[in-house]
Amino acid sequence: MSHEESATPGFEGVPPELIGHHFDGIARQNEAMRLGMWLFLATEVLLFAGLFCAYSVYRFEFPVAFEECSRHLNIPLGTLNTVVLITSSFTVALAIHFARTDKRKASAICLVITLLFALGFLGIKAIEYTQHFHEHALPGKYYSSEEVKAPGAAMFYTLYFLMTGLHGVHVVAGMSVLSYILWRTLQGRYSSTYYTGVELGGLYWHLVDLVWIFLYPLLYLI
Amino acid sequence: MNETLRRLLFLPVQASTFARDLDQLHFFVIITTFIMSTAVGVTALIFFARYRRRSENQTTPHIEPTWWMEGMFIGIPLSFFLLWFFLGFHEFVRQQTPPSDAMDVYVQAKKWMWKFAYPDGPNSINVLRVPAGRNVRLLMTSRDVIHSFYVPEFRTKRDVLPGRYTQIWFNATTPGRYQILCAEYCGAGHSIMRGEVIVLKPQEYEDWLSSQKRGLVARQDGSPTELDFSPPLGNLVDQGKRIAAEQGCLKCHSTDGTRHIGPTWLDLYHRREKLNDGSFVDADEAYLTESMMDPPLKVVEGFQPVMPSFQGKISGPEVAALVEYIKSLQSDAVRTGPSEGPAYAPVRGR
Amino acid sequence: MRLSEADSQRLAGAAAPRAPSYLVDGTTVMSWLNTRDHKRIGVMFLVAVLFFFLLGGIFALALRMKLLQPGPFLIDALSYNRLFTLHGIVMIFLFLIPSIPSAFGNFLMPLMLGARDVAFPRLNLASFYIFLAGAALAIWGMVHGGADTGWTFYTPYSSTTPTQVFPILLGVFILGFSSILTGLNFIVTVHTMRAPGLGWMRMPLFVWSIYATSIIQVLATPVLGITVLVVAVERVAGFGLFDPARGGDPVLFQHMFWFYSHPAVYIMILPAMGVISETVAAYSRKNAFGYKAIAMSSIGIAFVGFFTWGHHMFVAGQSTFDSGAFGILSMFVGIFTAVKVFNWVGTMYRGAIAFRTPMAYVCGFLYFIVFGGMTGIALATTSLDIHWHDTYFVVAHFHFIMVGAAVMAFLAGLHYWFPKMFGRTYHEGFGLVAAALIILGFNATFIPQFLLGNEGMPRRYYQYPEHFQALNVASTTGATLLGFGFLIILIYLVVALRWGKPCAANPWGSKGFEWMTDSPPSTHNFEEIPTITQMPHDYRTHEPPGVIRVA
Repeated sequence: MSHEESATPGFEGVPPELIGHHFDGIARQNEAMRLGMWLFLATEVLLFAGLFCAYSVYRFEFPVAFEECSRHLNIPLGTLNTVVLITSSFTVALAIHFARTDKRKASAICLVITLLFALGFLGIKAIEYTQHFHEHALPGKYYSSEEVKAPGAAMFYTLYFLMTGLHGVHVVAGMSVLSYILWRTLQGRYSSTYYTGVELGGLYWHLVDLVWIFLYPLLYLI
Repeated sequence: MNETLRRLLFLPVQASTFARDLDQLHFFVIITTFIMSTAVGVTALIFFARYRRRSENQTTPHIEPTWWMEGMFIGIPLSFFLLWFFLGFHEFVRQQTPPSDAMDVYVQAKKWMWKFAYPDGPNSINVLRVPAGRNVRLLMTSRDVIHSFYVPEFRTKRDVLPGRYTQIWFNATTPGRYQILCAEYCGAGHSIMRGEVIVLKPQEYEDWLSSQKRGLVARQDGSPTELDFSPPLGNLVDQGKRIAAEQGCLKCHSTDGTRHIGPTWLDLYHRREKLNDGSFVDADEAYLTESMMDPPLKVVEGFQPVMPSFQGKISGPEVAALVEYIKSLQSDAVRTGPSEGPAYAPVRGR
Repeated sequence: MRLSEADSQRLAGAAAPRAPSYLVDGTTVMSWLNTRDHKRIGVMFLVAVLFFFLLGGIFALALRMKLLQPGPFLIDALSYNRLFTLHGIVMIFLFLIPSIPSAFGNFLMPLMLGARDVAFPRLNLASFYIFLAGAALAIWGMVHGGADTGWTFYTPYSSTTPTQVFPILLGVFILGFSSILTGLNFIVTVHTMRAPGLGWMRMPLFVWSIYATSIIQVLATPVLGITVLVVAVERVAGFGLFDPARGGDPVLFQHMFWFYSHPAVYIMILPAMGVISETVAAYSRKNAFGYKAIAMSSIGIAFVGFFTWGHHMFVAGQSTFDSGAFGILSMFVGIFTAVKVFNWVGTMYRGAIAFRTPMAYVCGFLYFIVFGGMTGIALATTSLDIHWHDTYFVVAHFHFIMVGAAVMAFLAGLHYWFPKMFGRTYHEGFGLVAAALIILGFNATFIPQFLLGNEGMPRRYYQYPEHFQALNVASTTGATLLGFGFLIILIYLVVALRWGKPCAANPWGSKGFEWMTDSPPSTHNFEEIPTITQMPHDYRTHEPPGVIRVA
């Protein structure tokens, strides 16, 4: 934290245009933004909770089909994707660290790497989706796969596509957030006195990662 | 007392073993509710008068409730609420648990009719006959959307779900006729999805059942027909009329020319109908049959595609009978005005 | 107690140089549409919800007119089904949910907290436009065919009916976002924007209730979002998550739907309770009796409200055990309301009550919430619900809460804060006449509906057996009275807006914190952020409200 004297009390060396007129200082604004982000993450968790709830109900109802379908998913690709996402979470954490220590360039490079990982994740997911299309392992009325015939297989794929699809949308949303932060970083907006934006973008990306960490065992492993 | 309160609260007659017990709790709860809400309202009014403002800028003392006051605010209503809950839940468990000696009737609901089937005998449309004084369990399922079986006089109700069976039981005490209502919204015909429970004296019920069974056997010996449990076959038009009533066609289609949920059947045969995509169709046998099997395909202008498909629900002979019945509905037979020449639709092309 | 020079000048009525009020600070249309000012956003929300209230009210009157006759009358079955669906959707998603939180909450909460604005002003404006977008999409769906599912969207009916359900589902999904963003904004505001000296246990009760409401909005709405989204996907793509023909479970839909929609009931009623807490204290010139009990019961309702959704499904095929558990939890939710009611009555005790228009609504509110609330308890008494479920008894019960309580509170707040918002006063005589008409008309409309439910008339009935007609006619008569009442309000408030007498900064002599500043306030609310040294509504002295500054 900076200890230098600034013109206005509470601004702590942050350019005044970064602080809303209604806040009496940067500390207040940072607190507000962090709380807002955590609340938003809570709503995201509840958005997925609905689908997790549906998953547990139907898993209880069709245990055999769900187990068989889960074995038919491409586990190596799924695992690879998990590794990719966890690594990208690490690079985001690094980006925050570098932003905090005024290493703007390193921070930008880490963000770029994260974005590349995210693209990689989507690419691998696309390969998996293509396989499902070839096998006709599709949701609901489109399901006509020869692999698993137990009742409930179509339901598994309904949930699989809904959950991974919604997660995919979140990956794309996270990428746009990170791109915006990358742009701002290159503009030189963040520094050791003001890096809340990077921090919040990183938080969102961790959530995207966290959701996948729940999806991966539920869909692929058990 | 019971009867006065029942009438005062507009409750229907008590025709099952549940009704009286439920109504007692009902009276207890509602009377308490009346007393409480009036007491609060009147207290507020008294305070309005007693503590009215006497001068602008009047000051008032700072008053905080003591802990026992708040305890009372919580404790007294809570004890009432819990008492009601335990009384009610006791009764609820009783209603949820059919006795083992109950007589079973299978119920199938669909848009917008009730079908009842007895395990050892007849089935019927929209009319359920049960003996008085005997436990009856209904095993219910739906063919399309969610419905709900409701007989106000029995104080009993249960949703009827597609894809699973739900059960309900009752013991009707008083012979008579009671309306069955559908209580879960199910579309255009929701409010006319009504049936009837006829509670018979036990002996009458046995007589009815055996007569039904005789009829069944007689027909099994006779001609092999797909039309179950129907009275002796009449001509095709009469059959069609009966099928139209049974299948619920007449809930949406009138036969006297009035406009209802669907187009009227009067003069329908060979009518030139304008469809909602602007084209025209001749309502011949082919179109009528197609409309029963795949209704949304060609919908007459000004109507909504709400008719369910009857594919697999009515057999070939039944379709034929329905078409014959529609053909017979011609207003020419009763035309009173001067006769007109035949109208020809110009044939274009060729 | 020391006053700063500026404050004492203003209180003395001296001609201190004033910042222009928010109403005249920029008069172009764009200065409104592009504003970040919470007060302007609040006023825009107010206009929008009043428009939707009018729309929903017209639908309601059309329904009641049809029900004069047991057979087909005026409109056909399909139009009737669409009308009640639209009535429900408009009233719930476009009026009740945003009414008090988004309109009054936006306007008043920063004033009550001594803040210059909400925490995220841009997000606040975004929330308004998301609301408009969702509303526009829903209305577009209504004009192009409408939905006939009822506002509950029960599957499999909603996934099979050929009407335009898709745009309306999508509209509801978008409206949910608006609700989430507003709630999020308010929670953060309460946590971070309180003025110096304004501890949690000094916050006005209205803020407490908005805070509790926001918690529900943030935590419950995403579940509704995903539920309607899945139904929408099911309609266009046939995924079959709730379709029994594909192994789906329609009861799961009901669980997920009510997980939102039961707490949503508290989104509608909690802010109303907050309004009542403020008006009772202000017009009785008394501190809120049992301040802590009222504040904590708001949080209690928000918490327990999440665990009672199953009482909508006693006859829908959930297990007996579930019904018992949800039934008993519902009893506890009732207790929090009871605590509030007794404390409101206690607030009047030894007060100095001025019987103004808002107080008339408070009186109606107290009666309606006790009657409506206790019939709710009666419905949660599992066995009684079997007879009443999906009948007009339920309709009457929730109208007692939603109209009898929530709308009465909305009107009380509208009258109490009208001078605050627009700096003008309305005609008191017309106000009292309209209040009397509305309370009378309301009783005449909905008490017959309780009796209809007892008699066994199911809800959403286009045609009904003839023995229900007398009560239906009575109900329609009441609805007409109610309609007239609202019309009178509309007229005299519009008149007051233009020609009403300009009023002082604090015409009611209220000591609520929102009266610390001018009426109407300037764009930045306060010339200097006040320091709070006392509880709200402390009428032990003659001191003017709040503006107590340590120099």
